[in-house]
Amino acid sequence: MRGFRSPHLLDIASLGRQDILQVLDAAEVFFEVSRRPVRKVPTLRGKTVINLFYEASTRTRTSFEIAAKRLSADAVNMSVSTSSVSKGESLYDTCKTLEAMHPDLVIIRHQASGAPHYVASKLRCGVVNAGDGMHAHPTQALLDAFTIRRAKGTLEGLSIAIVGDIAHSRVARSNAVLLRSFGCDVRVVGPRTLVPPRFAEAFDVRAFDRLEPALEGADVVMCLRIQRERLSAALLPSLREYSRTFGIGAAQLALAKPDAIVMHPGPMNRGVEISAEVADGPRSVVLDQVEAGVAVRMAVLYLLAGEAERPGVEAEGAA
Amino acid sequence: MLLLRGGLVFDPSTPSSGVDGFVADVLFDGRGIVVEVGPNLDVDASRAEVHDVAGCWVVPGLVDLRAHLREPGQEYKEDLESGLAAAAAGGFTAVCAMPSTNPVNDNRAVTELIRARAASLGGTRVLPFGAITKGLRGEELAEMAELREAGCVGVTDDRRAVGAGLLRRALEYAATFGLVVMQHCEEPSLGGGLCVHEGAVSTRLGLRGMPRQSEEAAVARDVRVAELTGAPLHVAHVSSAGAVDVLREAKARGVRVTADVTPHHLTWTDEALVGYRTNAKVLPPLREASDRDALRAGVADGTLDCIATDHAPHAPLEKDCELDEAAPGMSGLETALPLVLRLVRDGHLPRARALEALGVAPAKVLGREARVLGGADVTVIDPALAWQVEAGALRSKGHNTLLLGEPVQGAARLTIVGGKVAFAR
Repeated sequence: MRGFRSPHLLDIASLGRQDILQVLDAAEVFFEVSRRPVRKVPTLRGKTVINLFYEASTRTRTSFEIAAKRLSADAVNMSVSTSSVSKGESLYDTCKTLEAMHPDLVIIRHQASGAPHYVASKLRCGVVNAGDGMHAHPTQALLDAFTIRRAKGTLEGLSIAIVGDIAHSRVARSNAVLLRSFGCDVRVVGPRTLVPPRFAEAFDVRAFDRLEPALEGADVVMCLRIQRERLSAALLPSLREYSRTFGIGAAQLALAKPDAIVMHPGPMNRGVEISAEVADGPRSVVLDQVEAGVAVRMAVLYLLAGEAERPGVEAEGAA
Repeated sequence: MLLLRGGLVFDPSTPSSGVDGFVADVLFDGRGIVVEVGPNLDVDASRAEVHDVAGCWVVPGLVDLRAHLREPGQEYKEDLESGLAAAAAGGFTAVCAMPSTNPVNDNRAVTELIRARAASLGGTRVLPFGAITKGLRGEELAEMAELREAGCVGVTDDRRAVGAGLLRRALEYAATFGLVVMQHCEEPSLGGGLCVHEGAVSTRLGLRGMPRQSEEAAVARDVRVAELTGAPLHVAHVSSAGAVDVLREAKARGVRVTADVTPHHLTWTDEALVGYRTNAKVLPPLREASDRDALRAGVADGTLDCIATDHAPHAPLEKDCELDEAAPGMSGLETALPLVLRLVRDGHLPRARALEALGVAPAKVLGREARVLGGADVTVIDPALAWQVEAGALRSKGHNTLLLGEPVQGAARLTIVGGKVAFAR
């Protein structure tokens, strides 16, 4: 298997369909690896992967860390609270410092949109965007695509409703770009305060302010987390009202196709954007997403840090 | 004596000049005043410093209404020496210095310091703007009578929009002492201060933006406030199509309002931000092609009186960072001419209007007159000179421009201040 055309994974928009399918296909292999008794392959032995997290995120960081470790890479976590970042060091200096440690990959999560692009321009090694501001979360979109493909057998031509805080969501953006490139009918829906006026134009999707038309005939219902700080910014009057108007419960899910799946990038606010009944119900694939996350991130790390022309991983499997 | 031979002269104070200019010699006398403009002047060449400027345009000295020269306080970004050298190289014979220095130019001492430093350097003149409010805090008025006595030509709170009630008092009080008020127009509660235009590009890139309506609403409000007072208001760096419409309508109604636009807003759009290019981060933000086209039309028909650089030099690391952290603004003194000349070449601006917008019009906003005949400040522009915008070619300490590394055409050949050559290339 060959590596990516780009040494980085910064956003979905810079991937082609072939790149996306390459990640998903590689992830299928690692998905099986993660279900073996010994869940470790020597693929990235001797490689150093640094997790540079400027935003708290236990799940994504852990997912990347497990992915790196299952590939036998040396994974190191740098988080805001334990590094010089909290002392106000510039990203420029942080990059110079990291560079001196000769990492093979840097995985960055940052509150500023575009920060991973900046870091990639400063480092000689590969950079993986683990979420930047409101811009992109490419591995989330890839793991969502992986989950959808497993559940639906294909990505082509599906109807996908993304519900909630579209405005602030890098998950919505990356998913919109990825799913549109497979010809999906992508609908975004939420109160108008949370759906930017130009979103439909910017991402070539359909925007709705009512659940019914957005969910009708949907193959996939993707809920987004509602952040409490949206209340103080006068974007929502209350979580209660949000839940009543845009929360996904059994009645809302009934608007979608009978075999529609429900997704959530986590962490969930049960009773706000998704009811407990739906979250734990038979159509929820939330935990499949978490499992897919590790496999997809293994695939990404492998494609970016692995040797080009390296033989397939099955041959190297340690099991 | 100084003699400019054979240039194409554009001079509103010479009746025969017209929009196409006329080929003539320009003679400065021993006092540095232009005493004669005419074809083939009979001058004893041995007694004069003669410059052959055939193929060049000879215009009243260019005046920049908005530049951040950073001294005192932020000399690591720019100082008066580098800023004025950049101004002279850019063809400007006078440049207005914004008051957002440290300390703020809200009192006589700072104004005098700036003027004394500039006088010791010679060359391009500094015309300081004082602050509207003490410390730019938007609370109490600065001592404008003293600022005027010390040499300020106007007042502004630079990039901080003054609220309607305070603007009214500022206009009334400043007019008492013959100072023009320059206002940055934005509605603070509608994306105020954000250096990205809210539109499809910002949505795609996941950036918070300021909608054009923030500026449009503020301009609409502020021209009404100006109308209330009858005092002159200057609207700085217009960026949106709707603001041009508001200004056009206000002028037609007879409101005493003038406005400027930057060369960068006339050139680029928010697409320049793609790739999170920090040099495209400016305030007000670069907007859409429809806005840019309306701005060009606004300059062409005179709704936007002036082109001003809004020169905002920054140190390298203030732009070599993530977009959120980057300082807003573009270095502009040395690239204004090539950018404006490109707009002229491409047919977006009539030549005579573009030249007026860079010299005669901004001087008029300040209650001054820019002219060749009878004047002492003259700029000679070589419209064909090709050069490369790169760090080594710039006098400004600020290399933060989207033009960096680009080939451009057009530059000042001679910048003459008070009858003396301040810059020659």
